[in-house]
Amino acid sequence: MFAYYLELALRSLKRNRVLTALMVMALALGIGATITTLTVLRLLSGDPLPQKSAQLFYPQIDPNAKEGYIEGQTKPDQLMAYPDAMNLLQAHRGTHQAAMALTQAKVMPKQANARPFFSDAVMTTADFFAMFDAPFQYGGGWAAADDDGRAQLVVIAGFLNDKLFAGANSVGRVIRINDHDLRIVGVLKPWAPQPRFYAQDLGGRSYGDGDAVFLPLQTARAMEMGPQDTECYAAVPDIRHLETAPCEWLGVWVELDSGAAVADYKTFLDGYVKQQVALGRFQRTETSLLDLMGWLRQEQVVPDDVRLQAGLAFGFLLICVVNTVGLLLAKCLRRSAEIGVRRALGATRREIFTQFMVEAGIVGLAGGVLGLLFAELGLLGIRHQPAEYASLAHLDTWMFMFTFVVALVASLVAGILPAWRACVLAPAPQLKAA
Amino acid sequence: MDILPILSTLRRHKVTAFLVILEIALTCAIVCNAVFLISQRLERMQMFSGVAEHELIQIQAVSIGKQNDAAARAQEDLIRLRQVPGVTGAALVNQVPFTNSSWNTSVKLGPNQKQATLNATQYFGENLLQTFGTRLVAGRYFNADEYLDFEAVQRDQKLQAKVGVIVITQALGERLWPGQSALGKTIYLGETSVRVIGVVAGLIRPSLFNGDASAQWSMAFPLRMNVSNANRYVLRAAPNDRDRVIAGAVAALRKADPHRVIIEKKTLDEIRSGFFQNDRAMAGLLVGVCIALLVVTALGIVGLGSFWVAQRRRQIGVRRALGATRRNILNYFQTENFLLATIGIALGMVLAYGINLFLMLHYELPRLPAIYFPIGAIVLWLIGQVAVLGPAMRAAAVPPVVATRSV
Repeated sequence: MFAYYLELALRSLKRNRVLTALMVMALALGIGATITTLTVLRLLSGDPLPQKSAQLFYPQIDPNAKEGYIEGQTKPDQLMAYPDAMNLLQAHRGTHQAAMALTQAKVMPKQANARPFFSDAVMTTADFFAMFDAPFQYGGGWAAADDDGRAQLVVIAGFLNDKLFAGANSVGRVIRINDHDLRIVGVLKPWAPQPRFYAQDLGGRSYGDGDAVFLPLQTARAMEMGPQDTECYAAVPDIRHLETAPCEWLGVWVELDSGAAVADYKTFLDGYVKQQVALGRFQRTETSLLDLMGWLRQEQVVPDDVRLQAGLAFGFLLICVVNTVGLLLAKCLRRSAEIGVRRALGATRREIFTQFMVEAGIVGLAGGVLGLLFAELGLLGIRHQPAEYASLAHLDTWMFMFTFVVALVASLVAGILPAWRACVLAPAPQLKAA
Repeated sequence: MDILPILSTLRRHKVTAFLVILEIALTCAIVCNAVFLISQRLERMQMFSGVAEHELIQIQAVSIGKQNDAAARAQEDLIRLRQVPGVTGAALVNQVPFTNSSWNTSVKLGPNQKQATLNATQYFGENLLQTFGTRLVAGRYFNADEYLDFEAVQRDQKLQAKVGVIVITQALGERLWPGQSALGKTIYLGETSVRVIGVVAGLIRPSLFNGDASAQWSMAFPLRMNVSNANRYVLRAAPNDRDRVIAGAVAALRKADPHRVIIEKKTLDEIRSGFFQNDRAMAGLLVGVCIALLVVTALGIVGLGSFWVAQRRRQIGVRRALGATRRNILNYFQTENFLLATIGIALGMVLAYGINLFLMLHYELPRLPAIYFPIGAIVLWLIGQVAVLGPAMRAAAVPPVVATRSV
């Protein structure tokens, strides 16, 4: 029976080629726009570490002066000052914990007459790699003792290893960074979580390539490498000694494996702040311990423009669906006589309804295929845009499937009204009129 | 034109009429808001910078290795740069407009004030204002003997108190002391205070992280930078000389120190264009969507119009046979479309207002100006009329003899 409906639908669509092309085209445009913007939105609001994000937490405290503080309303600061970060790290209350800041590393290639270049770098502490599941191609991270000992060592990203050592195992070799020789202890596999959650608020970009150089915080500071972003909350006597200045420039992450551990850590954090208040260092008691996705939501990491574009695309799709309803209705009402004949020959209302829904579905599928093409074109356009997430805009299998779901749903919704109108048509007057 | 017969016909085609109205309403609502968004973006791209944009070049050069005499290196660099043919001014500065990297501080109006009044950006660099080409509207620029070395000031807290004077923008003065002249007023930064000796018409902040409203909150200090604490060389040259000057300046800098990394060499026009690239892309996208929407709507009207005409061929034939002219038939369909469009536009306006309210709530957008409503209405009326013209002409071409054909 379905095959018969298919044949009827195709014949009917062929009879009125211009109208059919118009419907498919409009639907495809709407679907193309929707899928393009949804792909970008999904990409930008995705989970950077799906297997781990529920266990990662971002503690926040507030060392600012009392003025302007409203208890329960004022949000704590995004970054942390050095003494607080170190105190939280040394308490070892989480499974893993690390402090980090972004910086720029001047890399001096060994090759003769190669020019030095700048690379994105992270200065952090030993747990960084284990906590964020950063995968190693060669070697591994460094030990906690290396942090305290200001060991002259470094972990580099695979792409930097490819550039400097042609992809060979470079563990144990020496790389010159900021005029210091550092020994390579590990080479990462390609690793660039999107969004770059750990770089959020540290003065770097929220999306895009991963960092090239990872080095121990104390080592980097001894080499006079400075953080990309510094926020000071009191008059600064000497900005060069960031460790003692009243300035925040570190992000701290903690891995907590159970609900009980999270509750414990929050209690510990509140206790720490109360202790600092008692010591006279702090005046504000507000703390926060958001999980990774909660932190990204609070930071509103997805650009407003992208949300706006998605909304716009849905509006566009809605108009295209209304358009399709109108055209399908027009088509079906013109075929009143044909419906009358079919009904008179014994077709039930349900059969007529199904026939018209099949026709709408075919329009939807065609719109989906063409819409997929438009979406690919749209994503190509996005990849040529200047945004930092541009290179990531690709259609994945899931969005590929979703395109057809959207197309079918849109066309079937559009088809309901015309199909219903067709099936409730009384056959007798139509036959007479014909 | 008689409207009543049209209304009674439309009453018999409620669903189709409703679909046309709905499509026009949705299009009207979305296009009004999209055009408003486009105008907002275009307006933002025109933002006033206060500097001689078409004459400026920024070269970012970083030295590798320890600089033993960073101050001397900076002075030598600047002398070499000023010798490059075409260069009319050169300065080593801490920050440059539209580069998204800025030094900021909180500003207070009294020594005992606890909470800062606002956050403003700090421009440092010898001859910065003269090189940037800002326009002085009151007071004066810094004298040569007022400049201090930034490095020394950073190292010695006592010297901080000696940075006694600043130049601010008109907008910042107006924000701090509304209705008064900023000249001679004192502001407090951290532990020190400074007196305003000059006011410039404008000098935009390098990054607008605090929103566009604070774009002009800038201060310039009499501080001299060196190559260990600044790496942005700003050059001024006639617009036509800029390309030649960039090449010459890079060569001059490399000659002075071969171990340099030139991170960036761009005209300020290029930097500005990069700064607003997201706005440009968004405006382009919105224009595309608007056109696509209007085309889809117009095609929808053509499609439904054609169907309608085909369905009413006999009715048209009867009217023609009873004496209606071709013009009457044409007018009939045009008026019908005008009626549907008017209802659609009225609904669309309400919807447009609602969408605008939603956007105001979520995206900090201003209210939709009233002028968009009449313009939106005219555009949709026109599109409706153009779209219906084809089907209406076909209707007018129906011969009266159709009325006599078999039932």
